[in-house]
Amino acid sequence: MTINRREFFRLGGTAVAGTTASALGFGSLEAVAAEVRPYKLARTTETRNTCPYCSVSCGVIIHTTGDGSKNTKAEIVHVEGDPDHPVNRGSLCPKGAALLDFIRSETRVKQPMHRAAGEAGFKPVSWDFVMERVARLMKDDRDANFKQASDDGKTLNHWPTTGFLAGCATTNETGWLTYKAVRSLGIIALDNQARI
Amino acid sequence: MASLQSLDVRNRSASTAVPPSVRKDLEVAKLIDVSKCIGCKACQSACMAWNDLRPDVGVNSGIYDNPENLGPAAWTVMRYTEHEEAGRLEWLIRKDGCMHCTDPGCLKACPSPGAIVQYANGIVDFVQENCIGCGYCVKGCPFNVPRISKADNRAYKCTLCSDRVAVGQSPACAKACPTGAIVFGSKESMVDHAQGRIKDLQSRGYDKAGLYDPQGVGGTHVMYVLHHADRPELYSGLPNNPEISPMVALWKGALKPLSMIGMGMALLAGLFHFVTKGPNEVTEADEENARKLKGRDAA
Repeated sequence: MTINRREFFRLGGTAVAGTTASALGFGSLEAVAAEVRPYKLARTTETRNTCPYCSVSCGVIIHTTGDGSKNTKAEIVHVEGDPDHPVNRGSLCPKGAALLDFIRSETRVKQPMHRAAGEAGFKPVSWDFVMERVARLMKDDRDANFKQASDDGKTLNHWPTTGFLAGCATTNETGWLTYKAVRSLGIIALDNQARI
Repeated sequence: MASLQSLDVRNRSASTAVPPSVRKDLEVAKLIDVSKCIGCKACQSACMAWNDLRPDVGVNSGIYDNPENLGPAAWTVMRYTEHEEAGRLEWLIRKDGCMHCTDPGCLKACPSPGAIVQYANGIVDFVQENCIGCGYCVKGCPFNVPRISKADNRAYKCTLCSDRVAVGQSPACAKACPTGAIVFGSKESMVDHAQGRIKDLQSRGYDKAGLYDPQGVGGTHVMYVLHHADRPELYSGLPNNPEISPMVALWKGALKPLSMIGMGMALLAGLFHFVTKGPNEVTEADEENARKLKGRDAA
């Protein structure tokens, strides 16, 4: 398209007049409504849970996509403090507030892993394998090292060679059960962040 | 959903037509009590989680500020200052971010219609679809808050979680804060809350404690409780009396109606000239002379 000098001035003049007119408030009236970002949790499913980090065990609400219907695969999209939880009443620390990235972390362990003696890396194994193997090792070690009585004949029922590190983000009832199960085996070294 | 109707907009960038406010919306405010902040950055985490922002992993610059500055994906940043007062070390930690001014310099400076809106509840929000990335808001802001994204060349800053506030929730940072240093509510109740805190601080020897709600920008919807309210610049350079830059105020204030009148007058003058003198007629002789000019095509 070629434009000669005269046409250029004509076009330019029209453009200037047009923008001036609109700047002066003549043009069409614009809609002045503004929209905020759509609220992203409108129809997510809320599930109560406990933050897994420390022994404070803050209550969190996990928001998942979908309404739990048969053909929907739920996906966690947001985690936020639980306002009804007596411990934190909705607040969270920086780690708790960033739980979504913890859940989605590439290095997160999602299934039992086993590194056999002499092997270089971990391999995924079944829960059955894990239960059996841990039970076997515990039994062998307990049978070998359990001390029923001290040298002067006093009752001990100690299993001093194995320690137990328990989960802390649990209820009082789970903590009680943990304590009973572990102590009944004679384990002395029992701990978790909640100092049960 | 969550659409705010036209009547709920109080102010709009580069627009002559702003709807009259018929309904009165509740004016909201966030109060940041610097004396209660422990600098844990839960607010930063919560902000990124809610707004789906993940800034690139940066480098340790030797200070606690992380990221070191506000950015298009870091709308709030804790700024740490070590200050010595009468031989005692004070760690002044200020949560930096948009102050949601009543008279926002960014909105005043913005040339793109509807790229910056101020809702009736006091929130100043950037509407990225309308943003042209010129960066005038950065110059207009007395607190140096907006940042232009390199990904899409649009301006970003704290929205005061306008999407949460629109459905009756508090901003993500205020909800997360574990010490209650950030509180959210109506502007009135936040001023009330601040008065209680100031009285408490004064009884503990901070006799200059006070509320930071600078009147140079008409007051703000994010306010601070400061132990040294007489010296806000101690808190990582919080401006003592923030005002919209005189250039922006002149250009978009006094000069704007004058230039409008000027343009109108030019239009009118053109019209009168056309009516009285008519269009410029070119005679055949002029055309002939033009053709004779060397090196010129007859057009």
